[in-house]
Amino acid sequence: MLPPPIAIRVATEWLAARARWQPLEVGFWIVAFAAIWLFPDRHLILTEIAWLGLFALSLDLILGYAGIISLGHAAFFGLGAYTAALLAKYEIINEPVLALLVAGLAAMALGFVTSFLVLRGSDLTRLMVTLGVALLLRELANRLGWLTGGADGLQGVSIKPVLGMFRFDMFGHTGYAYSLIVLFILFLIARRLVNSPFGLSLLSVKGNPLRASAIGISVDGRLIAIYTVAAGFAGIAGALLAQTTSFASLEVFSFDRSADLLLVLIIGGAGYLYGGLIGAIIFKFMQDYLSALTPQYWPFWIGLVLVVIVMVGRDRITSWTAPFRRIASHLNWRALARHVAASSSERR
Amino acid sequence: MAVALETINLVKRFSGIVASNNVSLQIAKGARHALIGPNGAGKTTLINLLTGVQRPTGGRILLDGEDITSLSTNERVRLGIVRTFQINQLFNGLTPLETIGLAVSERRGQGLDWWRIVGSRPDLVAEVVEILERFHLADVIDKRTAVLPYGKQRLLEIALAIACRPRVLLLDEPAAGVPEDERHEILAAVAALPADVTVLLIEHDMDIVFSFADRISVLVNGALFVEGSPEEVARDPRVKAVYLGEEVADA
Amino acid sequence: MLTILFDGIAYGMLLFVLASGLAVTLGLMNFINLAHGSFAMAGGYVTVILVNRLGVPFFASLPIAFLASAVIGFVFERALYVHVYKKPHLDQVLFSIGLVFMSVAAADYVMGSGQIFVQIPKFLQGQFEIYGIGIGRYRLLIIVICGLLTVALQFILANTRFGSRLRAAVDDSRVARGLGINVNWVFALTFAFGSGLAGLGGALGAEILGLDPTFPLKFMIYFLIVVTVGGTSSITGPFLASLLLGIGDVAGKYYVPTLGSFVIYTIMIVVLIWRPQGLFSRAASR
Repeated sequence: MLPPPIAIRVATEWLAARARWQPLEVGFWIVAFAAIWLFPDRHLILTEIAWLGLFALSLDLILGYAGIISLGHAAFFGLGAYTAALLAKYEIINEPVLALLVAGLAAMALGFVTSFLVLRGSDLTRLMVTLGVALLLRELANRLGWLTGGADGLQGVSIKPVLGMFRFDMFGHTGYAYSLIVLFILFLIARRLVNSPFGLSLLSVKGNPLRASAIGISVDGRLIAIYTVAAGFAGIAGALLAQTTSFASLEVFSFDRSADLLLVLIIGGAGYLYGGLIGAIIFKFMQDYLSALTPQYWPFWIGLVLVVIVMVGRDRITSWTAPFRRIASHLNWRALARHVAASSSERR
Repeated sequence: MAVALETINLVKRFSGIVASNNVSLQIAKGARHALIGPNGAGKTTLINLLTGVQRPTGGRILLDGEDITSLSTNERVRLGIVRTFQINQLFNGLTPLETIGLAVSERRGQGLDWWRIVGSRPDLVAEVVEILERFHLADVIDKRTAVLPYGKQRLLEIALAIACRPRVLLLDEPAAGVPEDERHEILAAVAALPADVTVLLIEHDMDIVFSFADRISVLVNGALFVEGSPEEVARDPRVKAVYLGEEVADA
Repeated sequence: MLTILFDGIAYGMLLFVLASGLAVTLGLMNFINLAHGSFAMAGGYVTVILVNRLGVPFFASLPIAFLASAVIGFVFERALYVHVYKKPHLDQVLFSIGLVFMSVAAADYVMGSGQIFVQIPKFLQGQFEIYGIGIGRYRLLIIVICGLLTVALQFILANTRFGSRLRAAVDDSRVARGLGINVNWVFALTFAFGSGLAGLGGALGAEILGLDPTFPLKFMIYFLIVVTVGGTSSITGPFLASLLLGIGDVAGKYYVPTLGSFVIYTIMIVVLIWRPQGLFSRAASR
């Protein structure tokens, strides 16, 4: 047994290591930013990967960290998209970053209001309620054709330059840099959040809500909070889509979008924040490849991938992403203890 | 006698079955109060009612004189009434360090802190480590709960409740399922509880009951049957009759 | 207005036949099968091929559609579904969504993406009037057939050995196994039967609901509403839920066409919040 002062230092060091930036993480973001200069001809698809990754990250917050299965996350995505598009079209807010924030807030408001719907009920009930909300919004957008452009989509949207300086071009250069920066900032916030006491309480709520409330945690309160935040992230992702394509249509609310999103997150693995980003990369390239092969029937292959992933087992599929996962559990406590003891005796 | 926890005519009905039948119980501050009774007597239901896991059909619950009948479980924990579970209810993916850390940080009101990294407050970590050492969990501090042996998990179950610094602690069969050779650690932990904490203990093992309790209530078919000091209850022939075939320890 | 009611009842009973298999599967295996509509679609397309292309009489094609879907259901259950029963709900959702996507794309490939109608016999077309109520002949047929099926289902469940084994396995499959009931066979046969009913519903419904490759997606939410609002602990629950849904949808689209399906989705959300275990079921134990 270690004497208390050393034990405390080891525990502190272990917890700090749990949240520390791993070299692989740093490498990931360096490559992502370097792509701005290294792969200019791929900026269009990289932009799509950026907002899709953000969208998947938002789902990870509620699915991977809070255990809520949602089939209607597109509701927030769509609301963000239409908000940003409408703000630009009617020139209510001309600066894209500001419009992005407003879109995020709108989605957060919707998230807050609908969060009460997912507190109660079984997995199936939650599934249906989330699906219902998304379908409701789609129907609403359909009926309000005079505002949303209905089935044809919202035309005539033009996005002003970011911060008044960076014009959106048709090769996606500004689009990618803009989306990547937004993604990175929100990722940093999410990363901070999941490594905080609040994030730890989410894991406890997901794992054992009965015990969580028995140690004083308001389960409902935590779920409402994370659902609202995740909705905001999803709304910003939708706004990015609208702003980088100058378009918004009904299918931002569609079931297909919510279902594809589940696949994106599952490919990369839920519960460690990078799953959505990695999944977005794989999904987009897969979609690109398969659509070129069989333009009309590529959902068949997506469906097949889903079935195969489940049959083989989600854990086995995502075990290859283990290097990206928090390696805190592999941290050698004894080695850490020896290291701390050695460094403290050096100082005497 | 200052009353820490009191129920007044507590009733719980489930579609025809009366699980708690007009239970009026008074537990003194600092008491070591045991609740015994045959299987199905409603002991766990009573704990569920006291902690807000289930709502009573009738009656009231008072904590230090304050009516807590309509409060939720987590609100009651904030007021100081905490329980352990008969079957371990732990966070299988978390380590003891994270588990106790969570309880302590919630207790300190830092549960909604989303900006600080877990473990960045040294005084909090110190308290967590101290609790873990007290409960002989320091050697498994970094192991996921799911891989711990049952005895260690049971110690964690109790440590988790203690970490909430309860005023009233409800222990639901703390030694249940623990192998003989690991029991003494559990019992020592229970015996070492601070004197100002009020403890209500549900137990089947009469050795534990009689060595620990200063007052015993006997619950039969959801109603309070007999109440008194250990000597009184041990001598009572009605109690022996209820426990047909079970050994009742000599006073 | 009574015509609306009549149409609504027909629609509701059709929904019941379509969704009953899902209700039993959910109650029996606690399995969320979002691909249920695919079996209905299969039955619909089988009927289309038989009647439109091969000239098989309509009434003869119905039992064939039932059998075809039942066989497909049996094969899928034994080959694929059985491996997914024990997996968490998320996996079940992903799995069944995958099957839906595959079936939609496959139907698109084989049958084309347009909406197809069945060539129903002349005497079933059109409607006649009774006391001023317009009675569609085809819809009347649906009510008759579905009504008979409902009675038969209730009879099977309540009065046959298979029915009691099924009810035992739904209540507690571990105990049922302990009593010697071959729960695997009960699952397989029930799934096949439920798929067959869905196929029959698809065959009957092709004329009213319209048959195209997106059928499983369009009607997924309706089936789910039936089983969550109606609960899975009886036949009457989903039956009543189907009728309510059918009448509500038809009436809603007639009286408030601008809102369309808005009304149904809102009512569904409200019901699920108010009573998460469904309007008609006993308190959910799962």
